[in-house]
Amino acid sequence: MNRFLSLATAFICAGVLGVTGVVSSSHAKEKIKVGFIGPLTGGTSANGLGGRNSADLAVRLRNADAEAKYEYEMVALDDECKPNVGVQQATKLAADKEIIAAATHYCSAVAIATVDVYHKFGLPVIVWGAVLPDITYRNKYAEVHRVNGTMINQNERNAELLSSLGYKTFAVIHDTTDYGKGHNKYFSEALAKHGGKIVGTFGVTSDQQDFSAELTQIKSLNPQTIYFGGLTPIGVRIRGQMDKLGLNNVLFDGTSGIKSDSYIDGLGKLAEGSLSFIEGAPTERLPGGKFFLEKYNDQNYPNPPEAYGGFAFAAMNLILDTIEQVGSDRKKVQATLNKVKDRDSIVGKITFDDHGQNTVALITSFVVQDGKWVVWEDSEYASGKRKLPGQK
Amino acid sequence: MDLGLVAQYTMNGLMLGMMYALVAVGFTLFFGVLDVIKFSHGDVLTVGAFTALASFIGLQSIGLSSDAVELLAMLVAALGAMALLGAFIARAFILPLRSAPALNTLLITLMLGTVLREAVRLFYPDGANPKPFPRLLPADSINIGNFNLRLDNAILLTAGALVIVGLQLLLNRTKLGLAIRAVAQDEETAKTMGVNFNAIVLITFAIGSALAAFAGLMNGLYYNEINFGIGLYLGVVGFSAAIIGGLGSIYGAILGGFLFAGLQTIGAVALPFASAYKDVFAFAVVIALMAWRPTGLIPEKLSERV
Repeated sequence: MNRFLSLATAFICAGVLGVTGVVSSSHAKEKIKVGFIGPLTGGTSANGLGGRNSADLAVRLRNADAEAKYEYEMVALDDECKPNVGVQQATKLAADKEIIAAATHYCSAVAIATVDVYHKFGLPVIVWGAVLPDITYRNKYAEVHRVNGTMINQNERNAELLSSLGYKTFAVIHDTTDYGKGHNKYFSEALAKHGGKIVGTFGVTSDQQDFSAELTQIKSLNPQTIYFGGLTPIGVRIRGQMDKLGLNNVLFDGTSGIKSDSYIDGLGKLAEGSLSFIEGAPTERLPGGKFFLEKYNDQNYPNPPEAYGGFAFAAMNLILDTIEQVGSDRKKVQATLNKVKDRDSIVGKITFDDHGQNTVALITSFVVQDGKWVVWEDSEYASGKRKLPGQK
Repeated sequence: MDLGLVAQYTMNGLMLGMMYALVAVGFTLFFGVLDVIKFSHGDVLTVGAFTALASFIGLQSIGLSSDAVELLAMLVAALGAMALLGAFIARAFILPLRSAPALNTLLITLMLGTVLREAVRLFYPDGANPKPFPRLLPADSINIGNFNLRLDNAILLTAGALVIVGLQLLLNRTKLGLAIRAVAQDEETAKTMGVNFNAIVLITFAIGSALAAFAGLMNGLYYNEINFGIGLYLGVVGFSAAIIGGLGSIYGAILGGFLFAGLQTIGAVALPFASAYKDVFAFAVVIALMAWRPTGLIPEKLSERV
């Protein structure tokens, strides 16, 4: 009896194997591995999981596509938003020769720590969420690309928007950390292109309390706008003290650093008409956001895509497109990615510059209207119904 | 530079100087009676400001809306609570350490300051974010050229000056003041003359801490924003001001406070490089002054007892 059973089992197994063998050979698709890294655990895991699901969605849609030449498998690793862990995971991914390319990192500190690994192992990657300019610009690594924007892009958008609104003279206050100095540098460069004039630049410490001396000096310089490169706490103080010195007809132009509800809570009515800019956009506002959200919801993922899910999807999709085009060869994939120009994606056109940075990155502008951050284009300030401070 | 701007800078400097002076006077009082440096002084200021804010929110929730009554209640709550806290700190942490090396007192108050600061951050609702402070003073202002004189600033400045004059009268014209000065001058003799040493120490700490609470309230009304870190910086500045003025001397502390504010304003305005260096400049001058007058500009009359 026992012998019969085992024989039967063996027979059935062989049969199943034979059948699947026939099936797979008739639809012969080469299997290709791609990678994904993001913070899947820890404080920023909501963004990491949303990014992973979105990248996974790109792979699933491709595998469901009968026209696709290859079958893809995504290897997702967790960098915990910690540079040391990220470097280990990046090494693991990059050392695996079966992995052709990867969409990597949400946290800037991790992304900047891992670029050397990708360069050393020659793994082409596309950063899907980290915003520090240095990730693409500190080195000129052909392996590293990025679909989302940087603080360079947000300052370009900032300078462009304000110039178009007729603001010409600016005083700059920035905190003296790398973050604030970066904002000062990129905003000054962007503003010069649009013909705006900076009448004074003030570096302040990131925990300064009193700004009356700086603001009095700014008052005597009489600018139309105070540009502020720094974070919410001192942003609140500066805007509050502007009021004390009677600087209420001057626009307060912030950066992504003040785009938080605590800015509005800290100032109440005085926050009205302040501006801020962030890289990316609410997913439903992305050019292909509706399509993306529909497909995403079809898959019943347990977590939402979050702010950068669309970018993770676009990054992975671009990788898959490239592999379809040139096959499973890291060098060829990298060379093709470097030449990406005006490629349509759900986050808009993608063009990589000589550092692999997407130059037409999406930036969303916000203005405080009735105690809320409202997308600029939807605001009554943009429609002309209300006027910003000092707007003519 | 036109006259309006000079006036504006002077006004800014005076406001800052008044707050620094109020904090510095506390340091100097404590040093006077006990020869200790109480590093939690700045954080008592923070707790005072938050007490005022909490009592404002409490009054709002019971439907009170008169600015004057609210302000008075905040003043009483903040000053009263901090006077108690100051006396408690002296009783529980500083007096027991009298016979221990001075470094121990320094260390324990430094740690206590951290505890107070972190407690505000963690236990005040949403305490890690900057909190809006109500505008309770009339905000009328007159513009004279580039000079914007606000009524609320003028009131704050006057109130600060009155508090300092009041303290001066208390120390020099009352029996309590005489007792405080006696303890400061010679503890043993004061005791033999029938001064209740412990009570005087506690009262002095209560007065100094109430002054910090006043400075905290003033800070809140001036900036309309408070956060859990305000006391840390004001503590360092107040301490430095007390030292350059001459630790133990009330006039020295006041002078030191205004001097420091003046240096910061000059650092931000008159120096060719960016305002980022104004603190570097102010503290560098303090270092130079210390090298020139190690006991401060107005030294305590009997600075060392054998």
